Order: sequence, then C-alpha cells, then structure tokens
Amino acid sequence: MSWVSGQSRSRSSPAWLALRRLAARAAARDSPLRQADWLLLATVLALTSLGTLMIWSATQPALLAQGANPHGFLLKQLLNIALGLVLMLVVGSLDARQLRLLAPVVYGLSCLGLVAVLTPLGTIVNGAKSWISLGAGFQIEPSEFAKLSVIVISAMLLSQPAAKTRPAAARPGAKAIGKALGLGAVPILLVAAEPDLGVMIVLVLLVVGLIAVSGVRLRWLAGMVAAGVLAVTAVAQLHLLKAYQISRLTSFLNPSADPRGTGYSAAQSKIAIGSGGLHGTGLFHSQMVAGNFVPEQHTDFIFAVIGNELGFIGSTATLGLLALLMIGALRIATQAEDQFGMLVAAGIAIWFAVQAFVNIGMTVGIMPVTGLPLPFVSYGGSAMFADMIAVGLLQSVRRHRNVFAS
Amino acid sequence: MIPASRPRLVVLYVVVAALLLGLAVRVWYLQVKTGTSYVAQAASERVREVIQPPVRGPIVDDNGAPIVDSHSELVISVSMPTLWRQADGGAAVLRRLSGLLHMRHRKLLDEVRLCTVGVSQPCWTGSPYQPIPVAENVPATIGLQVLENQRLYRGVTAAVQPVTHYRQPISTALAQTIGYLQPITAAELRQQGLPVTGFSGVDLVGQAGLELQYDTALRGVPGDTKLAVNAAGQVTGTLSSVKPRPGDYLVTSINSAVQQDAERALASAVQRSQLAGSAVSKGGAAVVMTTTGRILALASYPTYNPSVWTGGISRGEFGRLFGRGGGEPILDRPTQGEYAPGSTWKVTSVAAAVAAGYPINGSYQCPAAVNIGGRSYANDGNPSLGAMSFYTALVQSCDTVFYELAYQIYLKDHPRANDVRSPHAPVQEMQKMELAWGFGRPTGVDLPGESPGSVPTRAWLYYLWKDNAHKGQDWCKNGRQNGSYIQQIEWDDCQFGNVWTAGQAVIAAIGQGYVSVTPLQLARAYAALANGGTVYSPRLGEALISPAGKVVRRITPPVAGHLPVKKSVLAYIRHALAGVVTSGTAAGAFGGFPLGRVCVAGKTGTAQVNGTQSTSVFASFAPCDHPRYVVVMMIPNSGYGAEVSGPAVRQIWDGIYGLEGQKAALPGGVLPGMPRLNQAGQLVPAGGQAPRPSPSAGHGAGQGRKRHR
Repeated sequence: MSWVSGQSRSRSSPAWLALRRLAARAAARDSPLRQADWLLLATVLALTSLGTLMIWSATQPALLAQGANPHGFLLKQLLNIALGLVLMLVVGSLDARQLRLLAPVVYGLSCLGLVAVLTPLGTIVNGAKSWISLGAGFQIEPSEFAKLSVIVISAMLLSQPAAKTRPAAARPGAKAIGKALGLGAVPILLVAAEPDLGVMIVLVLLVVGLIAVSGVRLRWLAGMVAAGVLAVTAVAQLHLLKAYQISRLTSFLNPSADPRGTGYSAAQSKIAIGSGGLHGTGLFHSQMVAGNFVPEQHTDFIFAVIGNELGFIGSTATLGLLALLMIGALRIATQAEDQFGMLVAAGIAIWFAVQAFVNIGMTVGIMPVTGLPLPFVSYGGSAMFADMIAVGLLQSVRRHRNVFAS
Repeated sequence: MIPASRPRLVVLYVVVAALLLGLAVRVWYLQVKTGTSYVAQAASERVREVIQPPVRGPIVDDNGAPIVDSHSELVISVSMPTLWRQADGGAAVLRRLSGLLHMRHRKLLDEVRLCTVGVSQPCWTGSPYQPIPVAENVPATIGLQVLENQRLYRGVTAAVQPVTHYRQPISTALAQTIGYLQPITAAELRQQGLPVTGFSGVDLVGQAGLELQYDTALRGVPGDTKLAVNAAGQVTGTLSSVKPRPGDYLVTSINSAVQQDAERALASAVQRSQLAGSAVSKGGAAVVMTTTGRILALASYPTYNPSVWTGGISRGEFGRLFGRGGGEPILDRPTQGEYAPGSTWKVTSVAAAVAAGYPINGSYQCPAAVNIGGRSYANDGNPSLGAMSFYTALVQSCDTVFYELAYQIYLKDHPRANDVRSPHAPVQEMQKMELAWGFGRPTGVDLPGESPGSVPTRAWLYYLWKDNAHKGQDWCKNGRQNGSYIQQIEWDDCQFGNVWTAGQAVIAAIGQGYVSVTPLQLARAYAALANGGTVYSPRLGEALISPAGKVVRRITPPVAGHLPVKKSVLAYIRHALAGVVTSGTAAGAFGGFPLGRVCVAGKTGTAQVNGTQSTSVFASFAPCDHPRYVVVMMIPNSGYGAEVSGPAVRQIWDGIYGLEGQKAALPGGVLPGMPRLNQAGQLVPAGGQAPRPSPSAGHGAGQGRKRHR
C-alpha cells in the first residue's frame, strides 16, 4: 500500500481511509472485480478494438475527401466504447435480485421508446423509422434496448415455477409461457411497425429460444413452431410485408438480378470479401473501402471491410472472437444456479449468435440484407451501449451464480 | 437452474457452434476457394478518371517578361448537341445566356453556328461535338449561376480552363519562332501515351516553333482524380487525387526590344523595296550573340498575329497563313528560308584560298571579267580595279579575284572525281571550308523544321542528279537537245547534272549558283568569324524554370565545331569587314553612322538569281575589335545588299546600342542576366529591378510556390 502514501498525506486522513476501504472491497472474495469473467472482458475489448480500427479505415478516406476530420468516426466510436464500459460496470455491479426488480421497468421504458419512434419524434433511416433524434446530432435507437428488455422480462417470467410445491423440477407453466409470449409480442409488433425486420427476427428468436431453454415441454415447443410456420405462411399470403422488405428478403438469393437496387449492397459486399483473399489488402490499403463501394460499410457491412482488408485470416479471427464471446455467455448460463440468471445469460448468447449470424451472413450472401449491426464491431452508440449492458448482465449473473444455491 | 434446461443449453451450444462453423465455411469458400474471381471483379469496379489539364508554362524573354502565357480562366461553353435535342433547339437557353453574359443575342448565335459552306465568320470552326467556348474570363458569379441553374442552362457549362495569351506586340514580332498550339490528334495521344480529358479543346500541344520544341516541359503534368462510381453512376468516393502540375517557364534569350526592332527594320526594308518596284515578298533576319551562340532575335517577314490560333483557327486564316498568296507567313524565314548569300560568302572563300596556299598578304588581279571554260564571268558593273589585296577584294567586293582563285583551285582539286557518279566522291577544297563554317547542314537550333541550306559538294550534286534525272523533275524525260531554253537545260542536266564544272566552282565562290544558306546559318558563321572560330549550335532557350522557381534545366548552346582557319586570318578578314563599312560597299548605307561610338563591321551581299531580282544580304558584327553581336538580314528578290538590307541592319544596330535617336535595347551592349522567380511568383530581371508591368500571376506559379513551401 505504500504506493499511495505521500509525504504530505497522513495515514489517518478520511480520503486515505476511503481508498483503503475501496481497495479492500475490490480485493475481497466476493468483489465484482475478483468475480469478473476476465476472459469475456478481454474478448469484448478485442472485438471493440478490431471494430474501431475497421471503422477508422472505412471512414477516413471519405472524411478526408469531404475535408472533415478524418478521425471523426474513430473518436465518436471510442467515446461510445468508453460510455459503454461505464454502463457495463454499473449494470455489472447490480445483483440478480435488483435485476429482477428492474426488469419490468426496463421493459416498460423500452416499449415506450418503441412507441415514441412511431410518433413524429422518430426519424426515418434507410426506410425504417427506428431512431429518435435527441438533438445536437445525438440519436438513440430504442430497438437495440428492446432486445435487452425482452431478455430480462422473458427470463423473469419463465423463471417463476408453475407450482410452488415442487420448486426443484418446476418447468414454466402454460401461464408463464403465455405471459412471455404476450409481453414479447408487444415489442415485436412495435418493431414490425417501424419496420425493422432484422430486430424483429432477433426478438422472435429470443422469445422462442428462451422458452425452449426454460425447459418447457417438447410438445408445447413443437406446437409453437407449427404455429410460427402457419403465421409466416399467413404473412406471405396476406401481403403483410412491404415491397422493399420482400425484395430485401429475396434479393440475396440472386443478387445479380438487380445490381442497382437491393442486390447491390450484397453483391458489392461479396466482391469486397472475396477479393480480400487469404491475407487481405491490408489495413487502410483497400481501394474498394476507400471508394465506398459497399454502402454502410462502417455500420452494418463492417465485416466486408474486415474481409477485404484483413482477408481470410482476419475473418476467421473475428469469427473466433465471436465464438469466444458466445461460449463465454453460454458458460455463464451453464454455471448459473438460478433459473433467472441462466435464462438471462442464455438469452444474451442467443441474441449475439443470431445477430452475428444474420449480419455476417448478409455480408457473405447467405442471409437477406437487414439492418443489424455486428455486436461490438459495427459503428453505433445505441448498439454499443446495449451490447455492453449485456456484458454487464453476464458479469452480474456470473458473480451471483452461487447466491441461490441451496 | 431446473434440470430440464440443461439438455436445452447443450442444444444451444451445438446450434451456436453450427452457425459459426457455417459462416467460417462460407467465408473460406468466398476468400480462399473462389477468391481470385472476386479479385478480378473488384479490379473491374467502376472507376471514373477525371483529368484536369495543367496550365501551360509561359515562354518569356530574357528579362522574364511573358511572350506567351496561359491563365486559368472561367470559360462558358455551349454544347450544341444538347441544345439541339431541346424542343426549341436551345433557342430559349441561348436567349437566357446572352442576357446573363451581357452579350448581344445575335453575336452569341453567330459564335455557336458551325462554319460550313456559305457561313462567314464569326462561326465555330471546330467539331460540333466539342463544347464551344462563348465567353472567357467570366466572373465566378456568372459561372455559378450557370452551374446552379442547369435546368435553365441545360447544355451550358462553366469550367476553369487554361486560355493562351499572346502578348503584343512581341508575339506578333516573334510569331514563327513561338510556333502554335493545336488540339492534340488521336494519333499523337496514343504515341505519347497521354490521358484524354474528354474535352479536346484543352489538349493543346505545340505543333511548331518553341511550343513544339519544348512541348514536354511547357505542357506540365495533368491532374488525375480517380473517383469510385457505383452501379447507379453516383460518385461514392475519391480513390486518389493528383493535382495538375503547371508547365515550366521557358526563359529564352530573345530580347523583346531587339526582336521588335529587327521585325520593324525587316518589314520597312521589304516595304521600301516594294515601293521601289521590286516584287519582294519575304525575308529573314537574325541577331546572335557571338561569344555564346545565343539568339537575341529572329525576324521573319511576313509575320502574323498568333492569336488567330486561340479557340480554333478559321479556314480563312489558315489559308492566309499557309497560302502562297499571303507570302506564307507560317514559314520561319530565319531558319527555313534558303537564300543565296552572295558576296557575304567571300569570307569563306578567302579562308579557303589561304588554306589552299594563297598568301593572305598576297596581291591578286581584279580584272573587269575573267574567261573560264569558254564563258566570261564579269564583275558587277564591270569595273577593272587592277592588283589588290584580299582586304581590298573584300572591301570593294571584287568578284573576279574570287572567280580566278576558285578556278585555279578547281583545276588542282581531284579533277578526275568531277564526273564520278558516286556519293563517295571527295569533297572539294573550297566546299570543305564552307562546310566547316557550318553551311550545308542544320545549325541544330532549338527549333523544329530547320532547313539545311546547300553547299554543292560532289556528293550533293550526285544526289541532286539522282533525285531529278529519272524522277523528281525528270530531266531525262522532259529535256530536248534542240528544244526550248528550259528543255535544253534539262537535257544538259540529264547528261551532266552530276558533273562538278568550272563554271559552278567559280560562281559558288561568290555565294551564288547552287549555294544557299539560311539567315541563321549566315549569322552563326559570322559569329564564328567574330569570336575567333567557334561555331555554335545556336539556342533560343536559356533555361526551364519550374513553377516553384527552381531552374530545371539550363540550356547552353553546344559547340558544333571550330573554323579550320588561323586566328590571324580571321582577324585579317574582320579588319577588312570593318573597312567595308567605313570605305567599302556599305559605306553608303552607314553614312553618318556614329562608328566612333560603336564600330560596326559587315559585308554586303547581292546574289543574282535567275529570273528574279537580286537577293539583298547584309551580315555584320559589332563592336569591331571585341565583337559581341552579329546581325544578319537576307531579303530575296529585293535589290542590292547595300541598298535594302544594309540600312535595315543599321536600324537594328541603332536599336541595340541606342544610337541615332533610338532607345538602347541593351544599354552599353550588355545583356541582362537570367531572370529569376520572385516571391510573388513573377519572373523578374536578374538585376532585381521592378518587374515589367506584365502580370504573370494567372499562371498559378504563386500558389504553386506557396504549396511547395
């Protein structure tokens, strides 16, 4: 402790005592720092660093050409990451009980946000009314937080045993499942109204996945899947999807059919990734990236930049980091003793897995083009905050894995 | 967690792993398996190249004052095909444009109509598919109005383009030497591997004169911006951007004042001769520095204003420049005109005679006429002057002295080789001397298209005969032994055209017959005589200076050879030429000239040419004892050297030294040093005096300098 002691500072001063207390708490066995999953944190930092570099490379030439600060996006993303880390620390320091209590609040707030988007407060970006402008150039995307809220509210509902008499073997009852489906449907429908297809897919899979993981009977699960198939058929038959959504959904099957329209992004992205080859063109060395051939290359299509500049080696490294992230989340789920914590962790794993697959899948031409960012890598504040809060939740679940152990 | 959840989590593990594995396989397929095909696709991605033409470097005189320069100006152009496609044929657009430009509507309509049969100037001479410039140096506000209201001005463009400015009156005085610029042809583009800007009016290249000679340096390097263009044709980004680099300054040794004096003197000499009844139509003059081989002035008559080339030359102007009727002002007489030098040639004949063993201080007979080969060769005016020295022979310009000497040398000079039909026959002694003085071959001046002149060596005669006996003039077919006078000569030429005869030898000794020289050749030979024997390859260019002020290349006239003549003999000849002006054939022309202030030495020449009047020649240098400059003038078909060219050369000397009421172009006869680029990006005289009131800021050199700092 001598490293903080100075000549002018007395060892009995209040500041010194407060510091000692803090250090002692940090070093204690149950302290959030001692209990933190450092591998997970390292993975997250590696992904954000990679993303920041790629954003820098992707935006610098265009900013230079406009005469703007070439580091504009880089600095903003660094700020996003810093704020995200603070949010992660705050959320990570909460315990499971507090999380459970907060779940309805989070859910209510995010539903309100989604409603606000549909009012004149919302702004339209790329055909979807999914942003709220906060003025001074700041915008917020409530659908990012809707994912979190669906996870916590579903986890809360599905972790309440049906019969209090047999808590050990308690599967969620029909009532809980009904509540989960009902409360899940509200944000799903609100997002569908924006319309934001990507988020909708994530939310639907989250609700279905969480119900599945919650231990519901298999036949109920089969029934749900059947109902889902029926619903999709109905949507197709009743023309509930907008024309641009249908074309987005189908164009990935044959991108060259309409190179000027919806297939353009997909085709350019495939060319960018394919031409990266084994080693890529090198960071900051891609003419394709400098030429902005792939639209939205710093946000949704960031993986195209990775593939083009870093090649197959960089692409697989990114996939490896994402795998570490998901394994980290799933391990926390497996180790969680309480059902709520397990469901939160599993939900986060499902979220990241679905979103990463849909995002990268669209850049490599095996998924439709939807506006989903790559977790921790794509540029964007709302997404970064939501992702970081999710990591905070994982850390919290991990720390309290033994709290409810009988 | 409840036990039922555990297997579900295992399934989730498997699903996540499968998703990631699927992505990895897909990425491997794209990047490793089929990667090369995408590399090819990426390379063929649409890249649009925008070429910005560089501003052409100016040509400046020895003080740094511009003769020709270019400025970037906002130019309003009209694309006729776009106008024609409009419902009213573009009438509304043109009416609006004439209002915007404060230009009479009628005038605008005339400028954009195409020159075809029955359409007189003004009209557009270029391609109808090329934007037609209708207003140059337009204020930016008008340009912006055009660009921002494209709905109102469809087919009208405003773009910054280099515009060539010919400074007057110097560029008219120097028109042929400057040369001209013309749109580059497709073949030239390919040959030089140049990028196409898409606006052919901008791709100007030098086609003659200094503009052609120094084209690569003057042209600069075009700017090149590569824009990424998406499938919809929208510009999505800038891949690379290289700013255009303006061309270098070409500093010449042309002294504008001397040049204008020379042009004026030449023109007035021609006009005086015309008034006296001669059919003279052309002439050339050259002013050369003896000790360096630099050219101070090259005057050609007739001349023209090179501004006719800007914005496309009209058919009429083109015809006038290249037509015989207008005296072919396009030709550069000082380097392309080949005229008989007449008695100015005798300096080489004296040197040849001394080389052949005739003593410099010897005595030679000057009878009224000599009989050689059955023909009588007489002095002009048939005076018989008795025995005389070479000094007097030059001062009085006695022909018979040189006839006799040439004949004697001819008799001893490989007589059996005179009718050998071979290019390898030995060169005659006198012609060897003439070649050594730089005649009969190009001077190597930094101008394209120079004429070599002719010295009738045996090989030269052989080629003349070979080229005309059975082809060319076809002497053997057209000639008749008993036909007309011309036919008889042709028959004779067919039989003996290759034979070096005594008659040719003697008239060649006085600069007639087959002998022809360009004014510049004569000037450099006299410069060699004046400087003690160094024959230079003359140069107009002094240096190339980059827009940043760095001297890219210093141009020094190379030494082409040395006269095989003793210094004492050259001094003797110089002494005699001083006598020509004080007491000889040029004494009249220089009567009253302040020789006490500047001693001028020279030689008159009056070459009789069959069927026309004499070629009037005057070759001179000054000061007599330490010559610095040579002034030469040749005017064919005009009269005596002493009467036409002599007084005109005197005028040029007056201008150089500031004599007889003239303002001195070179005070004290001293040349200015190399100009340099000042902080403001202007070329200023070496002395550091205030620059002449001639803005050269438009060249962008100022900005260029700032950029480089």
